[in-house]
Amino acid sequence: MKVGLWRIAHARSGDKADRADIGLFAYDAPTYDVLKREVTRERLAAHFSDICKGPVEIYPLDNLLALKIVLNAALQGGAARSLRMDNLGKAVAAQLLRMEIEAPSDLPRLARA
Amino acid sequence: MKSVRIGAGLGFYGDSWRPIRASIESGGVNYIASDHLAELTLAILQKDRQKDPAAGYARDCVPMLTELRPLAAARGVKFVMNAGGLNPHGAREAVSRAFREKGYRAKIAVVTGDSISERIDELQSEGEALAHMDTGADMAGVREKLLFANAYLGAAPIAEALAKGADIVITGRVADAALSLGPLMHELGWRWDDWDRLAQGLTVGHLLECSGQASGGNFGSAGEWAKVQNFLHLGYPIAEVSEDGAALLTKAPGTGGKVSFDTLRQQLLYEVHDPHAYYSPDVVLDMGTLDFDDRGNDEVRITGAGGAKRPDTLKVVAGYHDGWMGTGQIGFSWPDAYLKCETSANIIKGLAAERGWPTNDIHVEYIGYNSLLGANADPAQRDNLNECFLRMTMRTTDKRIAEGFGRLFPWLGLSGPPYAGGFHGIQRAKELLGLWPTLVRRDLIEPRVAVDVEAV
Repeated sequence: MKVGLWRIAHARSGDKADRADIGLFAYDAPTYDVLKREVTRERLAAHFSDICKGPVEIYPLDNLLALKIVLNAALQGGAARSLRMDNLGKAVAAQLLRMEIEAPSDLPRLARA
Repeated sequence: MKSVRIGAGLGFYGDSWRPIRASIESGGVNYIASDHLAELTLAILQKDRQKDPAAGYARDCVPMLTELRPLAAARGVKFVMNAGGLNPHGAREAVSRAFREKGYRAKIAVVTGDSISERIDELQSEGEALAHMDTGADMAGVREKLLFANAYLGAAPIAEALAKGADIVITGRVADAALSLGPLMHELGWRWDDWDRLAQGLTVGHLLECSGQASGGNFGSAGEWAKVQNFLHLGYPIAEVSEDGAALLTKAPGTGGKVSFDTLRQQLLYEVHDPHAYYSPDVVLDMGTLDFDDRGNDEVRITGAGGAKRPDTLKVVAGYHDGWMGTGQIGFSWPDAYLKCETSANIIKGLAAERGWPTNDIHVEYIGYNSLLGANADPAQRDNLNECFLRMTMRTTDKRIAEGFGRLFPWLGLSGPPYAGGFHGIQRAKELLGLWPTLVRRDLIEPRVAVDVEAV
């Protein structure tokens, strides 16, 4: 089934020079496996095509049930020269949580709801 | 086994120091590690210093220390802060003056040597190109527009200041986590090549450097954030670190917020690039082996940080003038709120074009629709908004055009679409800044680092 990431994961984003970086966290181990499989560089590049002008990097961290995601060249050159309202990219994580992925319906967070 | 407790201070210039009181009163802290400098704060401080040579530091350290010093002195709590900005001596003078007025006594240390803005030619003649570390661009392109350039120093001068008996250590630019690592090195007697322990210390420093973000603040989630209790009295995080490197993350009893595996791992990865090689001046941290043991009741034990040898270079961030931004904003109510904003945007673009202003770098956003979510806003909501604000920004090299851009908007009130509101004045031109991250050999920086302690 199609599931919005906001239902099964949490996320925070920040900035370093022209990079927006996001930590994406599964609430449980089965969901982490799904995130690792479904949240790919290609999908992220498409989801953020409007702002991300450089390569996308993903670092999976099994010990944290987390994906570290880096969007290069995503902040119009950096927070202090950006014309955007969200010049620091703080809501980039919220944008990520809007992504929909294919997930089994028996994930713990979905079964609970 | 010996241990030391470090409490988070501020997370940025302008943050609140109110929660620090609880950390001192009931959190049992020995140190407060206070981070006043975001990447761009030095640009603000540079403008201050241009107006007044005695300025150039984060001014909030003066009322903060004046308020907290009596409480801290009674309990032997020390402060380590990078509030010195571009003028650490100026910060100490201001704090000393305030202390003398109150009759407070303290030994205050100052750490200097991070600024390289006067040393660019010298460093380049030593073979340091100072090329942009991400793009490889030549510094010559921004050389004449530089506003500041500072190296991130490590924990050693802070530990030295504490060894000299300082109650308060005021630095300029240091790695944010060094504000915690300095006291740990001083107290726990770790060797400077004990990479795994240093990595534990770096982990702790990184978790504490953004104040409330490790204890339930900005807990990025749908719904779960609302389960964080008592934001009003949110406690800042506290770390108790043992000689063996193990760290217990917690907060003062009775405060609001939440310290858990979830809140801490969000902060751990915050503004990190490669989590297997998180660089600091003192050690390179691998987060992939960290173990978080969430014991409930706002207590999480952290072990397992992997450390690798410190780099031979220090990171420098310089800032340079990068043009001007003009801004205008106007709001409209239903009906057709979005359409009226869009129509207004086209009118403004037309007015700018008629004046011969550059229109190729105008950014249009709709507050209430897509100003934060961008292209990931839900288009189904666009045409049924209760209200919507148009925000337009433009980039130009000409300050006068940036000033004029905001003046285009008031005319819309009587001669544009109906039901405009929320117009409260014209926004001034804003100076834009580019950041220039680069690397410099540490042996060219560290011999110039100085620590001096003075009693008030």
